[in-house]
Amino acid sequence: MKKSVFLGTVAGATMLAGAAMAGTLDDVKARGELICGSNTGLTGFGTPDASGNWVGFDVDLCRAIAAAVLGDGSKVKFVPTTGETRFTALQSGEVDVLVRNSTWTFSRDTELALDFVAVNYYDGQGFMVKKDLGVSSAKELDGATVCIQTGTTTELNLADFFKQNNISYTPVTVADDSEAQRQYLAGACDAYTTDASGLAASRATMPDADNHIILPEIISKEPLGPVVRHGDSNWGDVVRWTYYALLIAEEKGITKANVEEMAGSSTDEEVKRLLGVSGDMGPKIGLDNAAFKNAIAAVGNYGEIFAANIGEGTTINLARGLNALWTQGGLQYAPPFR
Amino acid sequence: MAESFVRKEMLEAQAPPASQAGAIAWVRENLFSGPLNTILTLLGIVVIYWLISTSLPWWLNGVWNASSLSECRSIVAASAGEGATGACWAMLRERWHQFIFGFYPPESYWRPILAFVLLFVALAPVLFTSVPRKALWFTAIYPALCFWLLWGGPIWTPIVAMMGFVILGLAVVYLSSYLGAPGSAAAGVVAAVLWWLFLQGPVAGFLASNLPFGLASVNSDRFGGFLLAITIGVTAIGCSLPIGIILALGRQSNMVIVKALSVAFIEFIRGVPLITLLFTASLLLQYFLPPNTNFDIILRVIILVTFFAAAYLAEVIRGGLAALPRGQYEAADALGLDYWQAQRLIILPQALKISIPGIVSSFIGLFKDTTLVAFVGLMDPLKGVTQIVRADMNWKGIYWEPYIFVGAIFFIICFGMSRYSMYLERKLKTDHR
Repeated sequence: MKKSVFLGTVAGATMLAGAAMAGTLDDVKARGELICGSNTGLTGFGTPDASGNWVGFDVDLCRAIAAAVLGDGSKVKFVPTTGETRFTALQSGEVDVLVRNSTWTFSRDTELALDFVAVNYYDGQGFMVKKDLGVSSAKELDGATVCIQTGTTTELNLADFFKQNNISYTPVTVADDSEAQRQYLAGACDAYTTDASGLAASRATMPDADNHIILPEIISKEPLGPVVRHGDSNWGDVVRWTYYALLIAEEKGITKANVEEMAGSSTDEEVKRLLGVSGDMGPKIGLDNAAFKNAIAAVGNYGEIFAANIGEGTTINLARGLNALWTQGGLQYAPPFR
Repeated sequence: MAESFVRKEMLEAQAPPASQAGAIAWVRENLFSGPLNTILTLLGIVVIYWLISTSLPWWLNGVWNASSLSECRSIVAASAGEGATGACWAMLRERWHQFIFGFYPPESYWRPILAFVLLFVALAPVLFTSVPRKALWFTAIYPALCFWLLWGGPIWTPIVAMMGFVILGLAVVYLSSYLGAPGSAAAGVVAAVLWWLFLQGPVAGFLASNLPFGLASVNSDRFGGFLLAITIGVTAIGCSLPIGIILALGRQSNMVIVKALSVAFIEFIRGVPLITLLFTASLLLQYFLPPNTNFDIILRVIILVTFFAAAYLAEVIRGGLAALPRGQYEAADALGLDYWQAQRLIILPQALKISIPGIVSSFIGLFKDTTLVAFVGLMDPLKGVTQIVRADMNWKGIYWEPYIFVGAIFFIICFGMSRYSMYLERKLKTDHR
């Protein structure tokens, strides 16, 4: 009884907060600064460098949104959020948008009253093992000890996977990625499991990277994307279409370097609409007509962001895989810009 | 009759036998006094040897000049051979400023450093009686000065805020003859609160626009590392001691409401883990405050950490109060002192002296607990900064070095506090046990 009263109060307060903050776009414009909920530090996706500037794949999306709304990609304040505080920070209005490798799930989308507006990275849980273990598939891991971070969805996925395949394992629980890496290298576990992007980053920094392989099985779907509050559809549209603008830019070959030139010379009608040369797409959602051009000019197109932070050529060296454009066999697909 | 022998001169003192003095005797007595102790000693030597032999190369092969962990590894491999381990202190060379200052703007590093140095100037008259008493005036203005140095902004903000305390003080001094001590204090508090609520903003704004003088303001989200830990720790320590004393006295009080409130506060706060209070500060308060309220997260955390420490301190001080013999209270009454005089002159000096070890260990615990703020997304030195350093591709996989660095600084500070408390105990020791 008491609990329900309490939860009711919280829910009521949330609704009040939500109602009062219906115009996130206006708030951001009035403030002159976008507040972006970010990770407390995740290699390649969002972390401050030695001089305190935030860099990473998720960070660049925040900068693109800031450039679209405010015309300047540097007008972002990054608020580090932990796994526990991230959704409350968004619900309570402490941050405008959360771009923090959060998995889109049913209950988060509905119960928590959040909207996942896009998927900027398709991830999935994988396994890493030492080469001399002689294993080439996760199904051969019968009886293995597995390092796993506690309190994550990966723990549940792991249990499901081994149960479905009728094989057994011994979990070695660890608190975070650095501890997992240490335990794994010290031989406390045969395999380390987490999101495949995280495995790749860990493997890249190991002293003997060649002695470790990432197994081909991906045992879960982890669509990661930007999140906004329920009930502010206009702001959701702004975030969603800024992201799609970056995708369309890659599809059409618009880059950070040639965006001005394309705006001047392109004869493609969709490109002209996207860059604000013709039509009035920006003002329809409360932005400048040059909003998406600014976003692309600030951070580049989706492919450029990927290549600069996590793609092949960086130390993390992730292949595009599922995150390739739909024209190249991936899942990244933007609806038509008209 | 046999002549009895009586020695006339003293014998020269002789050195004790080798087995009874010096190093050998010490070793025999302390390390090999029996079969069990001999076995334990040998085991201890084996453990120490193992620890040193495994970790010594790591310390000796430490690398200070490199730009990434892999470069560290190749330098160690080149100098000490393949498979050798070595510490990578180069990470500290590149990132030490984030461990100390967080994201504080580098061109303003002098401000926290100056505030830190002045902290000792302000503390000196409190900690050591040999410092002239007049220096306490500096201690009184230090909180405002420190706030201004760290957060910046127009100088008028802290000055006008301090005016509230001046108003409080004036009210107590000039009204006490009409209203008595409690009445004048209450009137002063009301006047000060009215000042803070209604007049402070406009007056500060007026002064700032006419006499613009100040420092570039620095937002709370730039705070991190030891700057954050020390800011939270020192403020909470400074505020929790007076609150703790008042709560302890309240709990001993004969007034029902005061006593009930004190007990409820202490028991509630002590019954809840600190991490819960931190989540309350970071998450729950946001729901209950009006939207877009900008209630600084560091301030919220400091307030709740202060409450937490105050509840523990209250119980430590209550222990001191309980240890005083009944006769001390009666003696104070017999002298005709009122309640506050008795507390100030007789009871508290003795009770606090007894509580020193407990108070200082609460402070040390509180200072170490400041690392828990990592769980609400603040950049504490142990987890917050370490995590962002490890998230950098160049330093990913580094493990012991940040912990050792942060641990060493925490040890120095906590050891310092502990030594001071022992000095204070010796100085105040009046019994002849």
